[in-house]
Amino acid sequence: MAIEFLKKFFGSGGSKVSAKERLQIVLIHDRADISPEMIDNLRQDMIAVITKYMDIDKSRIEMDFDRVDRSVAFVANIPVIRIKRGVAPNRREMQE
Amino acid sequence: MSVDSRVIVITSGKGGVGKTTTTSNIAVSLARSGHRVVAVDADIGLRNLDVVMGLENRVVYNFIDVLEGQCRLNQALVRDKRVENLFLLPAAQTRTKDAVTSEQMEELCDLLRKEFEYVLLDSPAGIESGFRNAAVGADEALVIATPEVPSVRDADRIIGLLESMGKSPIRLIVNRLRSKMVREGEMLDVNDVLDILAIELIGVVPEDDSVVKSANRGEPLTFSDTSPASLAFQRIAMRLTGQEVPFKFDEENDKGLFAGIRRFLGIRS
Repeated sequence: MAIEFLKKFFGSGGSKVSAKERLQIVLIHDRADISPEMIDNLRQDMIAVITKYMDIDKSRIEMDFDRVDRSVAFVANIPVIRIKRGVAPNRREMQE
Repeated sequence: MSVDSRVIVITSGKGGVGKTTTTSNIAVSLARSGHRVVAVDADIGLRNLDVVMGLENRVVYNFIDVLEGQCRLNQALVRDKRVENLFLLPAAQTRTKDAVTSEQMEELCDLLRKEFEYVLLDSPAGIESGFRNAAVGADEALVIATPEVPSVRDADRIIGLLESMGKSPIRLIVNRLRSKMVREGEMLDVNDVLDILAIELIGVVPEDDSVVKSANRGEPLTFSDTSPASLAFQRIAMRLTGQEVPFKFDEENDKGLFAGIRRFLGIRS
């Protein structure tokens, strides 16, 4: 209670703090200038790589940029149907 | 005169933040200090600079008529009778933004450079062709932002576009600042906006009821008024001409030099 009062008193608890933080974050995204085409290309490339290792449900892939605290994260949610057999041994062979 | 001619676009991205008010007040202020000025309404189809300046009854031609050869430039220019050396070049109201090309706008600016020291272009809102056409012929830019999230965000976008078009300098006007809210921590202050946008500041205009009143009457504040917003616009015009005018961010209270002079002279604003 006292802290709230002090925050208010010193002008650091007002809505301007969220205004500034939200602006800083939204502008990271805006300034990155990510076009829908780029996201689509990224999506196609990621599908191509991932399907080498597993079967995925392509119709339910979600990809987007998310705010995580004070930074921006690229988040992909890719439902896996099954892991392909034979991928793991190959990888082990490569490591030998 | 053409050698020193400066073409300045006044823009914001977001609508309703004060482009037209700013254009008219700076134009009047510059003309009152002896410069030859034209204020160009670059908002085709949604013209408003004429009514804000109180010159709507004297508009005959517009700049599209000039570009299409329907009239000469000096037939389209509306001379402001209240001050010497101030002219308005109206936009067409019954045309669309597609009525002109970038090349034509550059041509128009070059035409105006021969006649005026200051060419102020009042840009339409948005980032599409209307904005691009307003900015294409300009050397420099004034970006207007109010201390609100949507306005600052759009200003950031427009600054990026202006930079990519090679405009320089690009300077910021923070408009409609409410110092009481800033003191209470409920509004972004000038430094917050500068932190975010990272461009040079040219002025801060306080929220001021007299802006609405002056638009009602069609008399830009800088004609005579000594209201806080008028003083702020006059300071911006002075900085634009290269004069060093100190900043005070809490300009609404106006405790600085101007108020000091007024107090000294016994004038109450």
